[in-house]
Amino acid sequence: MMELSYWQHLFGWAWPGVWTLVRIVALVVPLMLAVAYLTYAERKVIGYMQVRIGPNRVGFKGLLQPIADAVKLLMKEIIIPSGSNKFLFVLAPVLTIAPALAAWAVVPFSPQMVLANVDAGLLYIMAITSMGVYGVIIAGWASNSKYAFLGGLRSAAQIVSYEIAMGFALVGVLMAAHSLNLVDIVNAQHGGLLNWYWLPLFPMFLVYLIAGVAETNRAPFDVAEGESEIVAGFHVEYSGMAFAIFFLAEYANMILVATLTSILFLGGWYPLFDIAPFNWIPGIFWLLAKVAFVLFLFLWFRATFPRYRYDQIMRLGWKVFIPITLVWVVVVGAVMQTPLAFLVH
Amino acid sequence: MKAVRRFFSSFLLFELLRGMALTGRHLFARKITVQFPEEKTPQSVRFRGLHALRRYPNGEERCIACKLCEAVCPAMAITIESELRDDGTRRTTRYDIDLSKCIFCGLCEESCPVDSIVETHIFEYHAEKRSELYYNKQQLLAIGDKYEAEIAAARAQDAKYR
Repeated sequence: MMELSYWQHLFGWAWPGVWTLVRIVALVVPLMLAVAYLTYAERKVIGYMQVRIGPNRVGFKGLLQPIADAVKLLMKEIIIPSGSNKFLFVLAPVLTIAPALAAWAVVPFSPQMVLANVDAGLLYIMAITSMGVYGVIIAGWASNSKYAFLGGLRSAAQIVSYEIAMGFALVGVLMAAHSLNLVDIVNAQHGGLLNWYWLPLFPMFLVYLIAGVAETNRAPFDVAEGESEIVAGFHVEYSGMAFAIFFLAEYANMILVATLTSILFLGGWYPLFDIAPFNWIPGIFWLLAKVAFVLFLFLWFRATFPRYRYDQIMRLGWKVFIPITLVWVVVVGAVMQTPLAFLVH
Repeated sequence: MKAVRRFFSSFLLFELLRGMALTGRHLFARKITVQFPEEKTPQSVRFRGLHALRRYPNGEERCIACKLCEAVCPAMAITIESELRDDGTRRTTRYDIDLSKCIFCGLCEESCPVDSIVETHIFEYHAEKRSELYYNKQQLLAIGDKYEAEIAAARAQDAKYR
C-alpha cells in the first residue's frame, strides 16, 4: 500500500483514471490469453473426441499453436472488398469486440475483485451482450455479399429470440437472490453444491446454458456461419486481423457466458463443499474451475451435436425455452409465497 | 403413448445425453492418428508410386521399345523414340514420363512384356517446378538402379497372384 500511495502522489489528479486503466489491462490481458488458449483447448478436446491428436507440432505438445496462429493473422493483409461500405466494414469488428470486452467490467471474480461493483450489474450484462449482434448485422450488411448477408440475418434473428429466454432465466435468478448485483447474487448462494441456484432453478440453468451456446453462435446453433451452406456466414469477406477480431469476440463471449453461468447458477467463488480441505482453496480458483468446466461443456457440445436446422432453432427458442422459463418463473414466484420459500432462498 | 415417451425422451435431453456419453467415451479412446514423418502406415507390395526403368542383372536395360506402355497410357504421359542399335537390337533413345500428367493407374507396368517400366513404392518426392516433374530415360534408369532390390522383392512377393 506504501507503493500505491507513492504512485497516487506521482499521478496526482490523473490517478483515478490511471488506476482504472491499470485494472482494465490486468483484466483484458489474461482474458486475451485465455481466448488464445481456449482455441487450443477446443482443437485438442474436439480432436480427442474424434479420436485424433490435434495440434502437436508448434512447441511442446503444440502449446505455441495459438501464438503462431495470432502471428500469422497479424501478418496477413486485410482485404476490403471494393463493393463494400468501407466505413461500416471496418467498424463491424470493433462493434463486435467492444461489447464482448465491456461486459467484463461488472463480472466479479471474488467479493473484492471486480472492476465496477454496479448494483444493476445483471441488467448491464443483458444490455451490453445484446449490443454484440449489431457488429454481426453490420458485418453481414457492409460486406455486400449474399453469404455474409444471410449469415448476418440468421445471426440477428437467432440472437434476438434467444435473448428473451435468456432474460427470463435471469429473472428467475434475480427473484431468488432479490438483487441485480452480481456479488450479492453469488453471496446469496453461500454454501456448497446444494445451495447453488442450479438446483432450485434447474430448468432455467439448462435454458441459460443452451441459450448461451445459441447466443455465442456456437455449434449446434452455428447456422450464422454454417460453413456447408453459406461458407462462413457474416465474416466471409474478412481476412487477417479483422477476421481475428471476430474470432476473439466469439471466444471472449464464450468465456463470458461460461463465467456468468458459473456466477449465476454454480455458486461463483464458493467451493464445491463448504468443509475443511475444500474451502482452503482461494475462491478465484473455484470460479476458474467452474468456468473451465462450462467451457469444456461448450466444446463437448460442439464435438457431439450436428447443426440444428434453422426452423428448429426458432422452434426451440420460441416454443420450448420461453414457455419453460415462463412456467418456472411462476413456479418460483408461487413457492416463495409458501412456507417452502427456503428452497429458493 | 409412443408420442408421450418420445416427448419426454427429447424434452428431458435424454437423447442428447446419450450422444454426449458416446463422445465422452471417445475422449479417452486410443488415438488412431499416424504422425506421418515419424510413423508410416504399412504399404502394399502393389503400391503404385514413382516410376522406374529396370535393367537385367548383366546391366542391359530391359526396355525393347515396343511402345505398348505409350499406347496404353490413358493420360498420354509417356513419350518414346527408338532406333536400331549396332548389335541389331531395338532400344529406346528417349523414354520420358510426364509425372504431372501421370494418373498412377499402373497400366504401363501391366502392359510391359519385359517388366521394364515399373511403379515403385516411392511417394515422397517433390518438385518446385512443373518441368522438374518431367522425368527422362536417365532419371528413370537411375531410380531403377537405386531401388532394384526393393522392386525385385516386391515383384517376387506378388508373383503368385499375378
